[in-house]
Amino acid sequence: MQLDAKIPGGPLAQKWDRHRFELKLVNPANKRKFDIIVVGTGLAGGAASASLAELGYNVKTFCIQDSPRRAHSIAAQGGINAAKNYTNEGDSIWRLFYDTVKGGDFRAREANVYRLAQISNNIIDQCVAQGVPFARDYGGLLANRSFGGAQVSRTFYARGQTGQQLLLGAYSALMRQVGLGKVQMFPRREMLDLVVANGQARGIVVRNLITGQIETHAAHAVVLCTGGYGNVFFLSTNAMASNVSASFKAYKRGAYFANPCFTQIHPTCIPVHGTYQSKLTLMSESLRNDGRVWVPKKPGDNRAPQQIPEDERDYYLESKYPSFGNLVPRDVASRNAKEQCDMGKGVGETKLAVYLDFADAIKRDGREAIERKYGNLFQMYEKITGEDPYGTPMMIYPAVHYTMGGLWVDYNLMSTIDGLFVLGEANFSDHGANRLGASALMQGLADGYFVIPYTIGGYIARTSFSEVTPDNEAFKDTAREASDRIEKLLGINGKRTVDDFHRQLGQIMWDYCGMARNNQGLEKARGMIQELRTEFWQNAVVPGDDKDFNQSLERAGRVADFMEFAELMVIDALARLESCGGHFNEAYQTEENEARRDDDNFCHVAAWSHTGPDKEPEFHKEPLIFENVELTQRSYK
Amino acid sequence: MTKNINLTLKIWRQKGPEATGTLETFEAGDISTDMSFLEMLDVVNERLTLENREPIAFDHDCREGICGTCGAVVNGRPHGPQKGTTLCQLHMRHFESGDTLVIEPWRARAFKVIKDLVVDRSALDKMIQVGGYISANTGGAPDANAIPIPQETADLAMDAAACIGCGACVAACPNASAMLFLGAKVSHLALLPQGKPEAARRAAAMVREMDRLGFGNCSNERECEAECPKEISIINIARLNREYLKARILSTVR
Repeated sequence: MQLDAKIPGGPLAQKWDRHRFELKLVNPANKRKFDIIVVGTGLAGGAASASLAELGYNVKTFCIQDSPRRAHSIAAQGGINAAKNYTNEGDSIWRLFYDTVKGGDFRAREANVYRLAQISNNIIDQCVAQGVPFARDYGGLLANRSFGGAQVSRTFYARGQTGQQLLLGAYSALMRQVGLGKVQMFPRREMLDLVVANGQARGIVVRNLITGQIETHAAHAVVLCTGGYGNVFFLSTNAMASNVSASFKAYKRGAYFANPCFTQIHPTCIPVHGTYQSKLTLMSESLRNDGRVWVPKKPGDNRAPQQIPEDERDYYLESKYPSFGNLVPRDVASRNAKEQCDMGKGVGETKLAVYLDFADAIKRDGREAIERKYGNLFQMYEKITGEDPYGTPMMIYPAVHYTMGGLWVDYNLMSTIDGLFVLGEANFSDHGANRLGASALMQGLADGYFVIPYTIGGYIARTSFSEVTPDNEAFKDTAREASDRIEKLLGINGKRTVDDFHRQLGQIMWDYCGMARNNQGLEKARGMIQELRTEFWQNAVVPGDDKDFNQSLERAGRVADFMEFAELMVIDALARLESCGGHFNEAYQTEENEARRDDDNFCHVAAWSHTGPDKEPEFHKEPLIFENVELTQRSYK
Repeated sequence: MTKNINLTLKIWRQKGPEATGTLETFEAGDISTDMSFLEMLDVVNERLTLENREPIAFDHDCREGICGTCGAVVNGRPHGPQKGTTLCQLHMRHFESGDTLVIEPWRARAFKVIKDLVVDRSALDKMIQVGGYISANTGGAPDANAIPIPQETADLAMDAAACIGCGACVAACPNASAMLFLGAKVSHLALLPQGKPEAARRAAAMVREMDRLGFGNCSNERECEAECPKEISIINIARLNREYLKARILSTVR
């Protein structure tokens, strides 16, 4: 089946305006007759909940954390892009659009990305109005900094905690609506399944994480804002509770999953240090504004960094990519770090690290200036590693950070299930095969504040709804299936912990479906995942009870879904016989070891549909048509 | 230098909000000093799981010190002994082999224990719901540079806005007061020109809600500031008091 993205006609720059005019409206007085469920309270979910409630809809919002303010958007550090051109460098909506399409290695939809660039400016305005304390210059105007993949400074930031401040802005807007009674907030609830009745998404089944009760909630539409699936790798920069379950359950109910193999490995993270390690910590990309990446020229050089003279250092990004230097996009920077380490030039105890050195910046601008820009990041580094980055270079290595793939959505952000909308990292739409820095915050807020309020109205206005309540059979059946699965998990009574399984799954994915892939390895990984999954259902141990606060059970359910989802990633990677962005198949590279795309055969979105347990997923294609940009080999030289 | 240490843990176990809790002792042997505190608890929990015993319940999520989910009182100090550090960012290199660590949940009238080290902090959200925001509906905002804000003001607002809402200030306070949490939010918004129109209503409503929820009063013990993992200054409490007084005396808002 070929997918229809419902992209409006007309010139690129007018599509969104035209579409907003063509969308049917719901009369202000009628909005209160419609219930909308929002799952997740990160930037997308928080912004969507607040904005929909402001319009008058009845919103029910769910999150797994104890408070909506804790969603993982909070951990984003560096900043948020916008095409304001406050710096007078020649930025524009068109340039932001172009950089994002190119950065994504030409695997994103033109129309979506253009809309994103248009909306980017409204987001900054909205956030300032909410009281987000962005960094400012001495004159009191907003400050900007640079991020990878761009040659203009268009990134707005609030110290090293931009995600926190933007999320607290969305959270405050959400809390205001809770106070006004327009949003009903359900914290510590985990979505276990989606309820589809008469072909429409009409509700969800959740587990109350305190009491263990299974609850059902009905609505006229469901909005998933449940984030990415990076934790399939076990070690990632994601929060511990980040998971694929909500998206994956939607996939099993009929939503297509697009480009699952597109994962972003972020170049600047604190390296792995022990087998007990539970997560990896990102060091913001903004550090590459002032930090210089290098390794010793000689493989196996064990001298301390200060003892390696300047001419024996290889500033490989600066020499290989003179025009972008240390600010090449993430996929390029990550692959180069891996390449250096593979050549034996890695540093530190494990030899899986490169230096990120601030000595020159400190000499140039003074320690105080550096402290002002990155103080909290340096402090975090010091806490984790016990080393002082003002005196000795940081050691960094790539780590799983973001997933560009996600549930397939059309231009309205609606999935292949009527009434199921997917926002933020959970959808696939805007970043192609590689996301540029400071674009995730932009997309989450664009979807939540400025896209869904219009498109959901268009859906509701044109749809006839039958009366569906939680007494409906579809709800009862779905709830029963969820309970059965919990019972099954608690009944395995094996000998291996869920974390142990998760760790092994992650290692398989990192080794064979990580920064570089090849078909042989992917085939092997597929078999290993299947075996591990079988063992999981025979030998996992999940202690505790179902009607109780039980974190082991929560994790078991999420890991069980990762076990199935991992295979879908591998299947997708095997089917894409090219390299692009985060998907680097070793068989397809240029002479300079850059990703080589095959635009004749793979200029499309690969969307997969579920066909039944243990059956091959079905492939569907959405061709990507580029009318406004020319497809070129990405070059950052 | 990485080494392995042995610890004795005395951890609060409590089955539910109404149950009686007790300190249970665990031997945590062979703990790498490179581990974070929560990774140490992970190791203990993995061992308990394999012994078919129920793991210790504790809240945690980002493990980067920013989400505010984690927190426990370690040897009498919220988030443990290291200043300006959340529990997830506290590393075991700050402990010695042979140490005994007493680990307890936040204790405050407004925070009920859910299980073991997990408490209900929804009272913090409730205070925000009555006024911890600027009423700016999506869509109507003027250009972001329309109102210049002096860098110093923006920095002060940011200092206050850095609060992660973990509740350590409440746990640290002998009166279980939430004044630092509240002061941080009221300051953040009152400092900025965008927040001024609602400043009086905000301060009055949030303080009223704090009292209603059962938090205690501030008696200038300064424990909150000493234990805050983001080192939020008590100047924010002074600013809250000023805003509250202005609201009660100078404004018609009640």
